[in-house]
Amino acid sequence: MRLSPDEIIYWQQGWFKLNATLVFTWALILVLAVGARLVTRRLTTEHRRSRWQNLLEIVVTAIVQQIEEVGLPDARKYLGFLGTLFLFIAAASLCTVIPGFEPPTGSLSTTAALALCVLVAVPLFGISDQGLRGYLKSYIEPTVIMLPFNLISEVSRTLALAVRLFGNMMSGGMIIAILLTITPFIFPVIMTVLGLLTGMVQAYIFSILAAVYIAAATRNREPKTSLNQQESHG
Amino acid sequence: MLIDWFTVGAQVLNFLILVWLMKRVLYQPILDAIDAREARIAKELSEAAATQTAAEKTRDDFRQKNATFDQERAALLAKAAEEAKTERQRLFDAARLAADAQKAKRAESLKNEAADFNASLRHKAQTEVFAVARRTLADLATTSLEQRAAEVFMDRLRSLDPAAKDQFARAIKAAASPALVRSAFDLSLEQHAEIRRAVNETLSADVPLRFETAPDLVGGIELTTPGQTVAWSIAHYLDTLEKRVGDLIAEKSRPARAQP
Repeated sequence: MRLSPDEIIYWQQGWFKLNATLVFTWALILVLAVGARLVTRRLTTEHRRSRWQNLLEIVVTAIVQQIEEVGLPDARKYLGFLGTLFLFIAAASLCTVIPGFEPPTGSLSTTAALALCVLVAVPLFGISDQGLRGYLKSYIEPTVIMLPFNLISEVSRTLALAVRLFGNMMSGGMIIAILLTITPFIFPVIMTVLGLLTGMVQAYIFSILAAVYIAAATRNREPKTSLNQQESHG
Repeated sequence: MLIDWFTVGAQVLNFLILVWLMKRVLYQPILDAIDAREARIAKELSEAAATQTAAEKTRDDFRQKNATFDQERAALLAKAAEEAKTERQRLFDAARLAADAQKAKRAESLKNEAADFNASLRHKAQTEVFAVARRTLADLATTSLEQRAAEVFMDRLRSLDPAAKDQFARAIKAAASPALVRSAFDLSLEQHAEIRRAVNETLSADVPLRFETAPDLVGGIELTTPGQTVAWSIAHYLDTLEKRVGDLIAEKSRPARAQP
Protein backbone atom coordinates (compact mmCIF):
# COMPACT_ATOMS: atom_id res chain seq x y z
CA MET A 1 0.00 0.00 0.00
CA ARG A 2 1.27 3.47 -0.96
CA LEU A 3 1.37 5.91 1.91
CA SER A 4 3.11 8.88 0.30
CA PRO A 5 3.36 10.44 -3.17
CA ASP A 6 7.12 10.24 -2.62
CA GLU A 7 6.86 6.68 -3.67
CA ILE A 8 5.70 7.61 -7.18
CA ILE A 9 8.99 8.27 -8.94
CA TYR A 10 8.86 9.50 -12.51
CA TRP A 11 12.56 9.81 -13.11
CA GLN A 12 15.69 9.10 -11.05
CA GLN A 13 19.31 9.96 -11.59
CA GLY A 14 21.47 8.93 -8.63
CA TRP A 15 20.22 10.69 -5.53
CA PHE A 16 18.02 13.00 -7.63
CA LYS A 17 14.49 11.72 -7.74
CA LEU A 18 11.64 13.38 -9.60
CA ASN A 19 8.74 12.11 -7.57
CA ALA A 20 5.04 13.03 -7.52
CA THR A 21 5.47 15.24 -4.46
CA LEU A 22 7.84 17.56 -6.28
CA VAL A 23 5.87 17.53 -9.51
CA PHE A 24 2.56 18.38 -7.83
CA THR A 25 4.28 20.98 -5.67
CA TRP A 26 5.62 22.68 -8.77
CA ALA A 27 2.19 22.48 -10.34
CA LEU A 28 0.67 24.14 -7.25
CA ILE A 29 3.36 26.82 -7.23
CA LEU A 30 2.68 27.45 -10.91
CA VAL A 31 -1.08 27.66 -10.42
CA LEU A 32 -0.81 29.95 -7.37
CA ALA A 33 1.79 32.25 -8.90
CA VAL A 34 0.21 32.46 -12.36
CA GLY A 35 -3.27 32.85 -10.89
CA ALA A 36 -2.15 35.62 -8.53
CA ARG A 37 -0.21 37.29 -11.34
CA LEU A 38 -3.20 37.21 -13.68
CA VAL A 39 -5.39 38.91 -11.09
CA THR A 40 -2.85 41.41 -9.75
CA ARG A 41 -1.80 42.43 -13.25
CA ARG A 42 -4.94 44.56 -13.56
CA LEU A 43 -5.39 45.86 -10.04
CA THR A 44 -7.44 48.97 -9.67
CA THR A 45 -7.71 51.47 -6.86
CA GLU A 46 -11.18 52.57 -7.96
CA HIS A 47 -14.26 51.78 -5.90
CA ARG A 48 -15.35 49.26 -8.53
CA ARG A 49 -13.03 46.31 -8.93
CA SER A 50 -13.04 42.79 -10.39
CA ARG A 51 -14.43 39.80 -8.49
CA TRP A 52 -11.04 38.10 -8.48
CA GLN A 53 -9.41 41.18 -7.01
CA ASN A 54 -12.13 41.27 -4.41
CA LEU A 55 -11.52 37.59 -3.59
CA LEU A 56 -7.76 38.04 -3.23
CA GLU A 57 -8.24 41.20 -1.14
CA ILE A 58 -10.60 39.30 1.15
CA VAL A 59 -8.11 36.40 1.47
CA VAL A 60 -5.12 38.66 2.14
CA THR A 61 -6.91 40.94 4.60
CA ALA A 62 -8.39 37.90 6.39
CA ILE A 63 -4.91 36.42 6.81
CA VAL A 64 -3.56 39.76 8.03
CA GLN A 65 -6.43 40.02 10.48
CA GLN A 66 -5.85 36.49 11.79
CA ILE A 67 -2.15 37.17 12.30
CA GLU A 68 -2.99 40.35 14.21
CA GLU A 69 -5.51 38.50 16.36
CA VAL A 70 -2.87 35.93 17.30
CA GLY A 71 -0.84 38.76 18.75
CA LEU A 72 1.47 40.00 16.06
CA PRO A 73 0.69 43.68 15.58
CA ASP A 74 3.11 44.09 12.67
CA ALA A 75 1.25 41.48 10.64
CA ARG A 76 2.64 42.46 7.23
CA LYS A 77 6.10 41.44 8.32
CA TYR A 78 4.94 37.85 8.85
CA LEU A 79 2.38 37.77 6.05
CA GLY A 80 4.81 36.35 3.47
CA PHE A 81 5.73 33.33 5.59
CA LEU A 82 2.47 32.57 7.41
CA GLY A 83 0.21 33.48 4.50
CA THR A 84 2.14 31.28 2.11
CA LEU A 85 2.00 28.40 4.57
CA PHE A 86 -1.76 28.69 4.72
CA LEU A 87 -2.29 29.21 1.01
CA PHE A 88 0.00 26.30 0.04
CA ILE A 89 -1.61 23.80 2.40
CA ALA A 90 -5.14 25.06 1.59
CA ALA A 91 -4.50 24.90 -2.15
CA ALA A 92 -3.08 21.39 -1.80
CA SER A 93 -6.18 20.32 0.13
CA LEU A 94 -8.60 21.99 -2.33
CA CYS A 95 -6.93 20.32 -5.29
CA THR A 96 -7.65 16.87 -3.89
CA VAL A 97 -11.04 17.13 -5.66
CA ILE A 98 -9.15 16.87 -8.97
CA PRO A 99 -9.00 13.20 -9.92
CA GLY A 100 -5.42 11.90 -10.00
CA PHE A 101 -4.07 14.75 -7.90
CA GLU A 102 -1.76 13.70 -5.12
CA PRO A 103 -1.58 16.42 -2.45
CA PRO A 104 2.07 17.19 -1.69
CA THR A 105 1.04 17.68 1.94
CA GLY A 106 0.21 13.99 2.04
CA SER A 107 3.96 13.39 2.02
CA LEU A 108 5.77 13.39 5.32
CA SER A 109 8.76 14.88 3.52
CA THR A 110 6.72 17.97 2.59
CA THR A 111 5.18 18.41 6.02
CA ALA A 112 8.60 17.88 7.59
CA ALA A 113 10.02 20.48 5.24
CA LEU A 114 7.29 22.95 6.25
CA ALA A 115 7.80 22.13 9.93
CA LEU A 116 11.54 22.65 9.51
CA CYS A 117 10.83 26.00 7.92
CA VAL A 118 8.77 26.91 10.98
CA LEU A 119 11.52 25.59 13.24
CA VAL A 120 14.00 27.92 11.55
CA ALA A 121 11.65 30.85 11.07
CA VAL A 122 10.60 31.09 14.73
CA PRO A 123 14.11 31.84 16.07
CA LEU A 124 14.86 34.04 13.06
CA PHE A 125 11.83 36.24 13.73
CA GLY A 126 12.54 36.09 17.47
CA ILE A 127 16.13 37.23 17.00
CA SER A 128 15.17 39.92 14.51
CA ASP A 129 12.63 41.22 17.01
CA GLN A 130 14.51 41.12 20.30
CA GLY A 131 18.10 40.32 19.33
CA LEU A 132 20.07 37.10 19.72
CA ARG A 133 20.70 37.59 23.39
CA GLY A 134 17.14 38.37 24.23
CA TYR A 135 15.87 35.45 22.21
CA LEU A 136 18.29 32.94 23.75
CA LYS A 137 17.45 34.26 27.17
CA SER A 138 13.84 33.22 26.59
CA TYR A 139 15.01 29.57 26.77
CA ILE A 140 16.10 29.93 30.40
CA GLU A 141 12.93 31.66 31.49
CA PRO A 142 11.79 31.58 34.23
CA THR A 143 14.78 29.44 35.42
CA VAL A 144 17.71 27.66 33.81
CA ILE A 145 16.07 24.39 34.70
CA MET A 146 13.52 25.06 31.97
CA LEU A 147 16.20 25.05 29.23
CA PRO A 148 16.00 21.33 28.35
CA PHE A 149 12.24 21.43 28.46
CA ASN A 150 12.15 24.43 26.20
CA LEU A 151 14.51 22.73 23.76
CA ILE A 152 12.46 19.54 23.83
CA SER A 153 9.36 21.66 23.30
CA GLU A 154 10.90 23.22 20.21
CA VAL A 155 11.69 19.88 18.68
CA SER A 156 8.51 18.12 19.70
CA ARG A 157 6.21 20.81 18.44
CA THR A 158 8.00 20.79 15.11
CA LEU A 159 7.55 17.05 14.96
CA ALA A 160 3.93 17.42 15.96
CA LEU A 161 3.34 19.98 13.23
CA ALA A 162 4.80 17.68 10.58
CA VAL A 163 3.12 14.51 11.73
CA ARG A 164 -0.29 16.17 12.38
CA LEU A 165 -0.54 17.56 8.88
CA PHE A 166 0.82 14.42 7.29
CA GLY A 167 -1.48 12.18 9.26
CA ASN A 168 -4.57 14.16 8.41
CA MET A 169 -3.82 14.52 4.72
CA MET A 170 -2.62 10.93 4.36
CA SER A 171 -5.56 9.52 6.25
CA GLY A 172 -7.98 11.54 4.15
CA GLY A 173 -6.56 10.11 0.95
CA MET A 174 -6.36 6.68 2.48
CA ILE A 175 -9.98 6.67 3.63
CA ILE A 176 -11.16 7.69 0.17
CA ALA A 177 -9.06 4.98 -1.41
CA ILE A 178 -10.40 2.33 0.97
CA LEU A 179 -14.00 3.51 0.59
CA LEU A 180 -13.69 3.44 -3.17
CA THR A 181 -12.97 -0.26 -2.96
CA ILE A 182 -15.84 -0.94 -0.55
CA THR A 183 -18.61 1.47 -1.62
CA PRO A 184 -17.70 3.09 -4.90
CA PHE A 185 -20.73 5.46 -4.84
CA ILE A 186 -21.88 8.29 -2.60
CA PHE A 187 -19.58 7.67 0.38
CA PRO A 188 -16.32 8.64 -1.36
CA VAL A 189 -17.99 11.91 -2.37
CA ILE A 190 -19.05 12.62 1.20
CA MET A 191 -15.60 11.75 2.48
CA THR A 192 -14.02 13.95 -0.18
CA VAL A 193 -16.17 16.86 1.00
CA LEU A 194 -15.20 16.04 4.55
CA GLY A 195 -11.58 15.82 3.41
CA LEU A 196 -11.86 19.35 1.96
CA LEU A 197 -13.08 20.61 5.32
CA THR A 198 -10.35 18.72 7.15
CA GLY A 199 -7.74 20.07 4.75
CA MET A 200 -8.86 23.67 5.32
CA VAL A 201 -8.89 23.15 9.06
CA GLN A 202 -5.39 21.67 8.91
CA ALA A 203 -4.14 24.60 6.83
CA TYR A 204 -5.62 26.95 9.40
CA ILE A 205 -4.18 24.98 12.35
CA PHE A 206 -0.72 24.73 10.81
CA SER A 207 -0.42 28.43 10.00
CA ILE A 208 -2.05 29.56 13.26
CA LEU A 209 0.29 27.36 15.29
CA ALA A 210 3.26 28.78 13.39
CA ALA A 211 1.92 32.27 14.12
CA VAL A 212 1.53 31.41 17.80
CA TYR A 213 5.12 30.11 17.98
CA ILE A 214 6.41 33.26 16.31
CA ALA A 215 4.30 35.39 18.60
CA ALA A 216 5.66 33.52 21.60
CA ALA A 217 9.22 34.06 20.36
CA THR A 218 8.72 37.78 19.73
CA ARG A 219 6.52 38.78 22.66
CA ASN A 220 8.73 37.64 25.52
CA ARG A 221 9.57 41.17 26.45
CA GLU A 222 6.02 42.45 26.68
CA PRO A 223 4.94 40.78 29.93
CA LYS A 224 8.03 42.17 31.64
CA THR A 225 7.30 45.72 30.60
CA SER A 226 3.69 45.39 31.65
CA LEU A 227 4.88 43.91 34.96
CA ASN A 228 7.26 46.85 35.43
CA GLN A 229 4.43 49.24 34.68
CA GLN A 230 2.22 47.56 37.24
CA GLU A 231 5.02 47.77 39.80
CA SER A 232 5.63 51.41 39.09
CA HIS A 233 1.90 52.09 39.39
CA GLY A 234 1.74 50.09 42.58
CA MET B 1 11.16 5.15 5.15
CA LEU B 2 8.43 7.86 4.98
CA ILE B 3 10.84 10.76 4.95
CA ASP B 4 12.94 11.26 1.86
CA TRP B 5 15.53 13.82 2.80
CA PHE B 6 16.17 14.86 -0.77
CA THR B 7 12.47 15.62 -1.12
CA VAL B 8 12.52 17.48 2.20
CA GLY B 9 15.33 19.71 0.99
CA ALA B 10 13.68 20.23 -2.37
CA GLN B 11 10.37 21.09 -0.68
CA VAL B 12 12.08 23.60 1.61
CA LEU B 13 13.52 25.24 -1.47
CA ASN B 14 10.16 25.04 -3.24
CA PHE B 15 8.46 26.61 -0.25
CA LEU B 16 10.96 29.44 -0.10
CA ILE B 17 10.49 30.04 -3.81
CA LEU B 18 6.72 30.07 -3.28
CA VAL B 19 7.08 32.54 -0.42
CA TRP B 20 9.11 34.84 -2.65
CA LEU B 21 6.68 34.46 -5.54
CA MET B 22 3.62 35.08 -3.36
CA LYS B 23 5.19 38.14 -1.84
CA ARG B 24 5.99 39.46 -5.26
CA VAL B 25 2.78 38.68 -7.18
CA LEU B 26 0.13 38.53 -4.45
CA TYR B 27 0.68 40.18 -1.10
CA GLN B 28 2.58 43.25 -2.13
CA PRO B 29 0.35 44.26 -5.08
CA ILE B 30 -2.83 43.53 -3.16
CA LEU B 31 -1.69 45.41 -0.05
CA ASP B 32 -0.46 48.28 -2.21
CA ALA B 33 -3.82 48.43 -3.94
CA ILE B 34 -5.65 48.41 -0.61
CA ASP B 35 -3.37 51.11 0.77
CA ALA B 36 -3.82 53.20 -2.35
CA ARG B 37 -7.57 52.84 -2.12
CA GLU B 38 -7.61 53.72 1.57
CA ALA B 39 -5.45 56.74 0.88
CA ARG B 40 -7.72 57.68 -1.96
CA ILE B 41 -10.83 57.30 0.21
CA ALA B 42 -9.19 59.30 2.99
CA LYS B 43 -8.30 61.98 0.47
CA GLU B 44 -11.80 62.01 -0.93
CA LEU B 45 -13.23 62.20 2.57
CA SER B 46 -10.96 65.08 3.49
CA GLU B 47 -11.83 66.79 0.22
CA ALA B 48 -15.49 66.21 0.91
CA ALA B 49 -15.02 67.63 4.39
CA ALA B 50 -13.22 70.63 2.92
CA THR B 51 -15.96 71.05 0.34
CA GLN B 52 -18.57 70.80 3.06
CA THR B 53 -16.73 73.35 5.15
CA ALA B 54 -16.51 75.66 2.16
CA ALA B 55 -20.19 75.08 1.41
CA GLU B 56 -21.11 75.81 5.01
CA LYS B 57 -19.02 78.96 4.92
CA THR B 58 -20.67 80.00 1.67
CA ARG B 59 -24.07 79.23 3.22
CA ASP B 60 -23.25 81.28 6.29
CA ASP B 61 -21.99 84.14 4.13
CA PHE B 62 -25.10 83.96 2.04
CA ARG B 63 -27.31 83.95 5.11
CA GLN B 64 -25.46 86.91 6.54
CA LYS B 65 -25.72 88.77 3.25
CA ASN B 66 -29.41 87.93 3.10
CA ALA B 67 -29.92 89.27 6.60
CA THR B 68 -27.98 92.44 5.77
CA PHE B 69 -29.93 92.81 2.58
CA ASP B 70 -33.21 92.39 4.45
CA GLN B 71 -32.16 94.95 7.02
CA GLU B 72 -31.09 97.41 4.34
CA ARG B 73 -34.29 96.84 2.42
CA ALA B 74 -36.36 97.36 5.54
CA ALA B 75 -34.40 100.53 6.35
CA LEU B 76 -34.81 101.80 2.79
CA LEU B 77 -38.52 101.01 2.85
CA ALA B 78 -38.94 102.78 6.16
CA LYS B 79 -36.99 105.77 4.87
CA ALA B 80 -38.99 105.83 1.64
CA ALA B 81 -42.23 105.58 3.59
CA GLU B 82 -41.13 108.42 5.85
CA GLU B 83 -40.12 110.53 2.86
CA ALA B 84 -43.39 109.76 1.13
CA LYS B 85 -45.28 110.77 4.26
CA THR B 86 -43.32 114.01 4.52
CA GLU B 87 -43.77 114.70 0.84
CA ARG B 88 -47.48 113.98 1.07
CA GLN B 89 -47.79 116.33 4.02
CA ARG B 90 -45.82 118.98 2.16
CA LEU B 91 -47.93 118.59 -0.98
CA PHE B 92 -51.07 118.55 1.12
CA ASP B 93 -50.02 121.74 2.90
CA ALA B 94 -49.06 123.35 -0.39
CA ALA B 95 -52.37 122.32 -1.93
CA ARG B 96 -54.25 123.66 1.06
CA LEU B 97 -52.32 126.91 0.89
CA ALA B 98 -52.98 127.13 -2.84
CA ALA B 99 -56.63 126.34 -2.26
CA ASP B 100 -56.82 128.95 0.48
CA ALA B 101 -55.12 131.47 -1.77
CA GLN B 102 -57.45 130.58 -4.62
CA LYS B 103 -60.40 130.85 -2.28
CA ALA B 104 -59.24 134.21 -0.98
CA LYS B 105 -58.61 135.38 -4.52
CA ARG B 106 -62.02 134.19 -5.60
CA ALA B 107 -63.60 135.85 -2.60
CA GLU B 108 -61.73 139.02 -3.44
CA SER B 109 -62.75 138.74 -7.01
CA LEU B 110 -66.36 138.18 -5.99
CA LYS B 111 -66.16 141.12 -3.67
CA ASN B 112 -64.69 143.29 -6.40
CA GLU B 113 -67.27 142.09 -8.83
CA ALA B 114 -69.97 142.85 -6.33
CA ALA B 115 -68.48 146.26 -5.66
CA ASP B 116 -68.19 146.94 -9.38
CA PHE B 117 -71.69 145.74 -9.91
CA ASN B 118 -72.93 147.85 -7.06
CA ALA B 119 -71.13 150.88 -8.37
CA SER B 120 -72.45 150.33 -11.85
CA LEU B 121 -75.92 149.65 -10.48
CA ARG B 122 -75.74 152.69 -8.38
CA HIS B 123 -74.65 154.81 -11.27
CA LYS B 124 -77.29 153.30 -13.51
CA ALA B 125 -79.98 153.65 -10.86
CA GLN B 126 -78.92 157.19 -10.24
CA THR B 127 -79.13 158.01 -13.88
CA GLU B 128 -82.39 156.17 -14.32
CA VAL B 129 -83.96 157.55 -11.18
CA PHE B 130 -82.91 160.99 -12.14
CA ALA B 131 -84.32 160.54 -15.62
CA VAL B 132 -87.54 159.04 -14.31
CA ALA B 133 -87.90 161.72 -11.72
CA ARG B 134 -87.14 164.38 -14.32
CA ARG B 135 -89.67 162.94 -16.73
CA THR B 136 -92.26 162.44 -14.01
CA LEU B 137 -91.83 165.93 -12.71
CA ALA B 138 -91.92 167.28 -16.24
CA ASP B 139 -95.03 165.32 -17.04
CA LEU B 140 -96.93 165.92 -13.81
CA ALA B 141 -95.85 169.43 -12.89
CA THR B 142 -94.75 172.50 -14.58
CA THR B 143 -91.55 172.67 -12.63
CA SER B 144 -88.31 170.79 -13.51
CA LEU B 145 -86.40 168.44 -11.32
CA GLU B 146 -83.64 170.94 -10.95
CA GLN B 147 -86.12 173.55 -9.91
CA ARG B 148 -87.74 171.11 -7.50
CA ALA B 149 -84.36 170.06 -6.10
CA ALA B 150 -83.47 173.70 -5.53
CA GLU B 151 -86.77 174.27 -3.81
CA VAL B 152 -86.35 171.24 -1.58
CA PHE B 153 -82.82 172.44 -0.77
CA MET B 154 -84.05 175.86 0.13
CA ASP B 155 -86.89 174.41 2.26
CA ARG B 156 -84.37 172.32 4.09
CA LEU B 157 -82.16 175.38 4.58
CA ARG B 158 -85.03 177.37 5.99
CA SER B 159 -86.15 174.56 8.26
CA LEU B 160 -82.78 174.33 10.00
CA ASP B 161 -83.09 174.62 13.74
CA PRO B 162 -81.81 177.88 15.29
CA ALA B 163 -78.72 176.25 16.81
CA ALA B 164 -77.69 174.93 13.45
CA LYS B 165 -78.37 178.26 11.85
CA ASP B 166 -76.14 180.01 14.39
CA GLN B 167 -73.42 177.50 13.89
CA PHE B 168 -73.66 177.99 10.16
CA ALA B 169 -73.62 181.72 10.45
CA ARG B 170 -70.53 181.67 12.63
CA ALA B 171 -68.81 179.37 10.27
CA ILE B 172 -69.55 181.59 7.29
CA LYS B 173 -68.36 184.64 9.13
CA ALA B 174 -65.19 182.99 10.21
CA ALA B 175 -64.45 181.69 6.72
CA ALA B 176 -62.22 183.76 4.55
CA SER B 177 -63.58 182.45 1.27
CA PRO B 178 -67.22 182.63 0.19
CA ALA B 179 -69.46 179.68 0.98
CA LEU B 180 -69.66 177.12 -1.77
CA VAL B 181 -72.90 175.95 -3.35
CA ARG B 182 -72.34 172.76 -5.34
CA SER B 183 -75.00 171.22 -7.54
CA ALA B 184 -75.15 168.14 -9.73
CA PHE B 185 -76.65 170.18 -12.51
CA ASP B 186 -76.22 173.71 -13.80
CA LEU B 187 -78.37 176.20 -11.89
CA SER B 188 -80.02 179.05 -13.69
CA LEU B 189 -79.35 182.58 -12.64
CA GLU B 190 -82.81 182.77 -11.17
CA GLN B 191 -82.12 179.78 -9.08
CA HIS B 192 -78.82 181.39 -8.10
CA ALA B 193 -80.77 184.44 -6.88
CA GLU B 194 -83.35 182.33 -5.08
CA ILE B 195 -80.76 180.33 -3.28
CA ARG B 196 -78.83 183.49 -2.40
CA ARG B 197 -82.01 185.01 -1.06
CA ALA B 198 -82.92 181.89 0.91
CA VAL B 199 -79.44 181.72 2.44
CA ASN B 200 -79.53 185.38 3.37
CA GLU B 201 -82.96 184.97 4.92
CA THR B 202 -82.03 181.93 6.84
CA LEU B 203 -78.77 183.26 8.20
CA SER B 204 -80.01 186.88 8.41
CA ALA B 205 -76.86 188.11 6.75
CA ASP B 206 -75.47 188.86 3.35
CA VAL B 207 -73.56 185.76 2.64
CA PRO B 208 -71.20 185.70 -0.33
CA LEU B 209 -71.78 182.55 -2.36
CA ARG B 210 -69.90 180.74 -5.04
CA PHE B 211 -71.70 178.29 -7.38
CA GLU B 212 -70.13 175.23 -8.78
CA THR B 213 -71.39 172.24 -10.80
CA ALA B 214 -70.38 168.81 -9.45
CA PRO B 215 -71.94 165.76 -11.23
CA ASP B 216 -70.80 163.42 -8.39
CA LEU B 217 -73.39 164.96 -6.05
CA VAL B 218 -75.97 162.59 -7.44
CA GLY B 219 -78.68 164.94 -8.38
CA GLY B 220 -78.47 167.19 -5.36
CA ILE B 221 -77.40 170.60 -4.04
CA GLU B 222 -75.24 171.37 -1.06
CA LEU B 223 -74.02 174.45 0.80
CA THR B 224 -70.59 174.01 2.21
CA THR B 225 -68.64 176.16 4.63
CA PRO B 226 -65.58 174.97 6.43
CA GLY B 227 -66.98 172.57 9.00
CA GLN B 228 -70.66 172.85 8.01
CA THR B 229 -72.76 171.39 5.18
CA VAL B 230 -76.42 171.60 4.27
CA ALA B 231 -77.33 169.29 1.47
CA TRP B 232 -80.05 167.54 -0.39
CA SER B 233 -79.50 164.87 -2.96
CA ILE B 234 -80.90 161.55 -4.08
CA ALA B 235 -77.68 159.98 -2.86
CA HIS B 236 -79.40 159.07 0.38
CA TYR B 237 -82.17 157.28 -1.47
CA LEU B 238 -79.63 155.64 -3.66
CA ASP B 239 -77.71 154.51 -0.61
CA THR B 240 -80.87 152.92 0.73
CA LEU B 241 -81.51 151.32 -2.64
CA GLU B 242 -77.94 150.07 -2.81
CA LYS B 243 -78.25 148.54 0.61
CA ARG B 244 -81.43 146.79 -0.27
CA VAL B 245 -80.08 145.53 -3.57
CA GLY B 246 -76.92 144.33 -1.76
CA ASP B 247 -79.06 142.52 0.76
CA LEU B 248 -81.05 140.97 -2.04
CA ILE B 249 -77.89 139.75 -3.84
CA ALA B 250 -76.48 138.33 -0.63
CA GLU B 251 -79.72 136.56 0.05
CA LYS B 252 -79.82 135.09 -3.46
CA SER B 253 -76.21 133.95 -3.50
CA ARG B 254 -76.26 132.34 -0.05
CA PRO B 255 -78.11 129.12 -1.04
CA ALA B 256 -76.03 128.92 -4.21
CA ARG B 257 -72.86 128.94 -2.15
CA ALA B 258 -74.20 126.52 0.36
CA GLN B 259 -75.08 123.98 -2.36
CA PRO B 260 -71.59 122.84 -3.51
